[in-house]
Amino acid sequence: MVIYGVALLSFCMLVGIFVGDLIGDLIGAQANVGGVGIAMLLLIVLTSLSKKEFQLSPPTQGGISFWSAMYIPIVVAMAAKQNVVAALSGGWMAIIAGVAAVAVSFAVLPLLDKVHIGEGDQDDS
Amino acid sequence: MILDSLRDAMTANGLIVAFVFVGVLVWLSYLLSNRLTMGRIHGSAVAITAGLILAYIGGRLTGGSQGLADFSLLAGVGVMGGAMFRDFAIVATAFGANLDALKRAGFVGAASVFLGVILSFVTGAIVAVAFGYTDAISISTIGAGAATYIVGPVTGTALGAESDVIALSVAAGLTKSVLVMIGTPMVAKRIGLNTPHAALIYGGLMGTTSGVAGGLAATDPKLVPYGAMTATFYTGVGCLLAPSVLYLIVRALV
Repeated sequence: MVIYGVALLSFCMLVGIFVGDLIGDLIGAQANVGGVGIAMLLLIVLTSLSKKEFQLSPPTQGGISFWSAMYIPIVVAMAAKQNVVAALSGGWMAIIAGVAAVAVSFAVLPLLDKVHIGEGDQDDS
Repeated sequence: MILDSLRDAMTANGLIVAFVFVGVLVWLSYLLSNRLTMGRIHGSAVAITAGLILAYIGGRLTGGSQGLADFSLLAGVGVMGGAMFRDFAIVATAFGANLDALKRAGFVGAASVFLGVILSFVTGAIVAVAFGYTDAISISTIGAGAATYIVGPVTGTALGAESDVIALSVAAGLTKSVLVMIGTPMVAKRIGLNTPHAALIYGGLMGTTSGVAGGLAATDPKLVPYGAMTATFYTGVGCLLAPSVLYLIVRALV
């Protein structure tokens, strides 16, 4: 049943957000720490677990993969509701600060990508 | 009269209107992508850029902060593109993600989150100093804004920054998010953003969930779960580090 997939996905998201809020409170970060990431891990673990224990029926999988396929349209809607005017009207300092932060981060990516700690022989990650 | 009932039907079913609107926008974008760029600029990159341009126009015309969603007829776009559906769809992309790839990049992925927060904070702080800010609170708030547009105001509020400085930090974070959406597909090849390993690090370095979500969607949807996974830890780590350790370092330096 499609609803089983949607319910499983929703359950994972709620647990993730809840745990993320708890972690945020515990470390005093005033924000959700990794809620969506935790939800994703939970979904991966639950769906790969069930591959061995019991098979998710195709309609159940469809309940999850539909929302996965809706990802890009939802991101397009997200883009259309951004406060682009505020981003551009903060003046040069805000724009330069934002652009510089992105440029530095892009520049560092290839360097970090060469780091492969914990791969192969050592799996402490 | 017909127009009135049309308007009523649209405002009463906002989310459904948004589905039609976004569907048409995506269709036109893929058409443009195929006809004008021969598919070289990916359709979703065109669609996201078009969304941002429309958001700018919407913001200019309505004076609101929700882009296109400030038009009452298109309020559903705000629901569809809001944090709830965004996070729901992001979690769904994890279905079928490779657990081994996640495990392998676990350490460097986590390190990239901390490094990303610190790099963006330092960069933003340097820009703030270059523009004549001399007090540790303002410098830290603007540095935090260069991390994400949530870390900025959280830090500014915690430290008691002026409201115009907080507004600047939000603007810096929004600029970052918009630039990551548009810029990622352009630089992806050059910086080697084509493996799950690289995407995990990219998410951790950039941190802006919306920027990463949009940037990876326009680059390669297969990479989305990996980048999104680390990016979701970034704002929390930023809210933790910026008003505490990083602020104390700034205060010791100025």
